[in-house]
Amino acid sequence: MDKLREKAAALLADGTVTMVLGYEEGTNKPRPLFCHTAEQASKLVYSSQCINNLAVYLTKKEIMGAGKVAIIATIPTLRSILQLSVENQLNEDNLVVITVTDKDEVKQFANFAEIEAYIADFQLKLDGKEQEIITKLEGMSREERFKFWMEEMSHCFKCYACRAACPLCYCTKCIVEENRPQWINPWAAPLANMEWQINRAMHMAGRCTGCGACGDACPVGIPIHLLTRKMMEDLAPEFGFTPGQPSKNGNALSTWKADDKENFIR
Amino acid sequence: METKYISKNGLNEWFSQIVKSGKRVYAPVEERGKVEFKKVQALSEVAEEYIQTTQSIKSAVFPRAEVLFSYEKENGQVKVEDFNPDTVKETVLWKVHPCDAAGFKPLTAIFNWDYTDKLYNAHLEKTTLVTFSCAKADKSCFCTSVNGGPGNTSGSDVLLTMLPDGGAIVEILTPKGEALVQLAASAFEDDKGEDKSKYLADVPLAFDLEEVRARLATAFDSPVWKEQSERCLGCGACAFVCPTCACFDIQEDAHGSKGKRIRCWDSCGFSLFTLHTSGHNPRAVQSQRWRQRILHKFSYMPDRLSVFGCTGCGRCSRACPVDMNILEHITSITKK
Repeated sequence: MDKLREKAAALLADGTVTMVLGYEEGTNKPRPLFCHTAEQASKLVYSSQCINNLAVYLTKKEIMGAGKVAIIATIPTLRSILQLSVENQLNEDNLVVITVTDKDEVKQFANFAEIEAYIADFQLKLDGKEQEIITKLEGMSREERFKFWMEEMSHCFKCYACRAACPLCYCTKCIVEENRPQWINPWAAPLANMEWQINRAMHMAGRCTGCGACGDACPVGIPIHLLTRKMMEDLAPEFGFTPGQPSKNGNALSTWKADDKENFIR
Repeated sequence: METKYISKNGLNEWFSQIVKSGKRVYAPVEERGKVEFKKVQALSEVAEEYIQTTQSIKSAVFPRAEVLFSYEKENGQVKVEDFNPDTVKETVLWKVHPCDAAGFKPLTAIFNWDYTDKLYNAHLEKTTLVTFSCAKADKSCFCTSVNGGPGNTSGSDVLLTMLPDGGAIVEILTPKGEALVQLAASAFEDDKGEDKSKYLADVPLAFDLEEVRARLATAFDSPVWKEQSERCLGCGACAFVCPTCACFDIQEDAHGSKGKRIRCWDSCGFSLFTLHTSGHNPRAVQSQRWRQRILHKFSYMPDRLSVFGCTGCGRCSRACPVDMNILEHITSITKK
């Protein structure tokens, strides 16, 4: 922890960066911290309890400003950074990416290519409970699955914490905020909630890196990350990408090829 | 106001008489790893071990989405069917916490401020609150700092304080509460003179509310809002779990020549909340929206409605994905 604090303090003190995004102790677990001065870096912590995906802040102009910033990234955060980079949302020259290795060493990446090589060693894994739900869903008929999600959706009150916590939900105007025409009913009701979540899953198809931030953020406990997660796994073989790694061939729902293997699209 | 005693068996009897009377009963139920208010039929369904429901009970009087009126155009004539207060069912809210019951005061003040809200008042009129004093609290609780307490009676019709024998001290606070007690009058016994304060949670005083208000009066341009809100993601979780947040949007569910006008929850934390048609947004950044949230609850509401917009339930702190702990933020304002 000391090495991490020293590193962050040095980056701030010598003017390399104007801000370091990291974690500090929170009420029950670590929470995001924004260090603007070397002194603030003494509050930094890092552990397996750091679950917020800090990449979500990288596309917020009001937070990031125009200067160079450093981010202390967990493995899921690194995956999100790469996907954001593929989507042309990050300026490599304005970002210092740091992680803490398994051996507790502070590692600064020279560039995004180095991040890619680094995360290739980490397999994307679901915890047992989540895998259990996915297996259960896979065993269900279409009607049963719809019933399962409708029941879950009945709890959604459309606070959009899932969207807010997602590093890849960076649109300045979300589809649910479009009202001419109103694509999605904006009030909370099971079907209107389902419309929203299906839309989100579609927009995430082939882009989601499986960090689980949406599910962690949901205050009413809907395992919403499993929808995008399952989508990712189903799409990966079809579109030739590896779950959790950036999709360099474009995003599943926003690319088109003249030689597509499907007739209907040609 | 009258105090009585009810035994464990008496409670069962009273509860079943309430259900038998045809009133809808909502109580905390544990499901999917969360405790939330749900319609119940038996006392056995009611959750026991928990600090707080994730969501407040405000949806009983201010639903997430509610039809204001429906309309149909036929042969050039428009037929409007208004909200009918008679369709609202008699409802008992069972095992509400004092911080939730206290939320009804600011809610009622908001919905009767410059306009008497027909829907809210219709729900409120048919709602009876059976509140349970808190025997347990956690570090997000701060009711005692916002004019409340674990045994506070504000907003309740009946307040129960559970006793080690499974029975309870019953404070009958309003005519509605008295009417509910009358459904099983024989289940109640004379007050045994027990001191309820012995059975209440310890919720230490964290800040001086009037000091917070005084500081906020000159804090509009303070850098504190940006400092505190940097990590805020701008979702509506805090507002939606809050027992006093009452902002709403009005939406149209239109299908050709007929449709419904719907009132649904909204939040000042959303960037769209104050976006003008012109494209200008007077609260363009999250720090301004966070400032609005705090000033509304701790400054504007006491100024305009003579009631604070926070009951210290701590739900926003527990629900926040990035730990925007309101108690910590308010306390830090008094130390600036």
